[in-house]
Amino acid sequence: MLELQNVSYTVEDEGRPVEILKDVSFKVDDRKFVVITGPNGGGKSTIARLISGVAVPTGGRIIFDGQDITKLSITERAKLGVGYALQQPVRFKGIDVKDLLRIAAGHKLTTDEACSYLSRVGLCARDYINREVNASLSGGELKRIEIATLLARKPKLSVFDEPEAGIDLWSFQNLIRVFEIMRSEIEDGSILIISHQERILDIADEIIVVADGHIERQGPKDDILPHLVGTTSAISGCTRLVERS
Amino acid sequence: MDDIQKRILSEVADLHDVPEGAYNIRVDGGSAGRRSTENIEIIPKPEGSGLDIRIKPGTRRESVHIPVILSKTGMKEVVYNDFYIGEDSDVVIVAGCGIHNGGSQDSQHDGIHRFFVGRGAKMRYVEKHYGEGDGTGKRILNPVTELHLEADSTAELEMVQIRGVDSTERVTTAELAEGARLVVQERLMTHGTQSAVSVYKVDMNGENSTSDVVSRSVARDDSYQKFDALINGNAPCRGHSECDAIIMDRARVLAVPQLDANNIDAALIHEAAIGKIAGDQLIKLMTLGLTEAEAEEQIINGFLK
Repeated sequence: MLELQNVSYTVEDEGRPVEILKDVSFKVDDRKFVVITGPNGGGKSTIARLISGVAVPTGGRIIFDGQDITKLSITERAKLGVGYALQQPVRFKGIDVKDLLRIAAGHKLTTDEACSYLSRVGLCARDYINREVNASLSGGELKRIEIATLLARKPKLSVFDEPEAGIDLWSFQNLIRVFEIMRSEIEDGSILIISHQERILDIADEIIVVADGHIERQGPKDDILPHLVGTTSAISGCTRLVERS
Repeated sequence: MDDIQKRILSEVADLHDVPEGAYNIRVDGGSAGRRSTENIEIIPKPEGSGLDIRIKPGTRRESVHIPVILSKTGMKEVVYNDFYIGEDSDVVIVAGCGIHNGGSQDSQHDGIHRFFVGRGAKMRYVEKHYGEGDGTGKRILNPVTELHLEADSTAELEMVQIRGVDSTERVTTAELAEGARLVVQERLMTHGTQSAVSVYKVDMNGENSTSDVVSRSVARDDSYQKFDALINGNAPCRGHSECDAIIMDRARVLAVPQLDANNIDAALIHEAAIGKIAGDQLIKLMTLGLTEAEAEEQIINGFLK
């Protein structure tokens, strides 16, 4: 279980303090699928960065499975079971898909294992396993590989920062399916996704709306989603594309 | 050969024993073994100053190994090797030099290699440089590679220097006739106070000749690297050079790319990028459980793979 207790995050801009997050508290219980939404610039990605350890809160505590992880490094949190898929997947010259999946899994992978992770995100292992994770891959391919690394890592908590960002609509329609399957197969772990997509929000157990650096509302999906439909916090997919897929 | 010499041999030529095919193993200025084959003749030049290697036209899928080992401190030599590669042959040449310097005097090997690649022939040339030993004497390698590519011939060069060479100045020149193709892949890592200078001068003189010179390098500690590549397009041709360097610590990398187009149909491209390891690359690998040092190692190993 993940718990943020009164977390705040302030940075300095030209000598003046700027509050990015203030007094953010929420829980992600085991076996739950939680979605954070809200307007752009509201502090959602900062929450993902604070959970993964890329940034450290200036106030409050982060508790993971009963342990205070507020001051732990990225590596230490990863080893405890925090997984993080970046909004902008990283490119590497010379590191291929197989290398990345092996690093994620923490042990040597058979082609069969690698294939099972890649096929779950809709990629054929034969075409991708020896491809370099470099600029020759499209945004959609990189997103899928990013998600596959989390599947290979099997973290207790998976944090996805806007999986829809930077990819075309067609690719995302297919990607939503990946999250729907992930939702249905959730076992011990929990999933936290930052997303504006109505179809993602629709499969959430709970929704947290973050705006202007604080939590505007949170609760079960059925209570929150009706308030969001039609706003930028719940973007519906193209109806024609949805029908076709 | 003793154990040190054998270990160096495996580093520079991936050899644990006498190789298949033609070979000459040079240890501390003398020959430690030589074999010619029916198609590949290795003829020593007078007074041990080098070799003439003659490959018969039409020789296919054969290899020549000519590793050089220096294991005595203070050893300095200049060696001239000339390769005559017959028309329509397809061969692999594995060179490479390893220096073990356990003493206080500098050890230096300057290998001057000239290649005459016949019409339609294909040559792959692999050269690894390696140094070791805890003496204070420097390990110095200054190779010169001179390529003459006849019509429709191909030369693919793989040049690797990952460890232990204190100072190197590598000069590679090439002239390409019509339809000739040159591919160079250089991989380089320097550390400590090492210095590595790579100079390329490629003359594309023939119509439809192509060249692709790619250097990937990592400069650590206080080391210095210079990549100086001049591609001359003197005919309708295509040329590409690329310098991609990771800089770390207090190292310095200087890239001096030059393109000289002397023909309206010469298409020349250069790409150069020098920078430290991107922070998001480290972060991504750390979120997969690696420490910062392990992440750095993975990124460098991949980059130089």
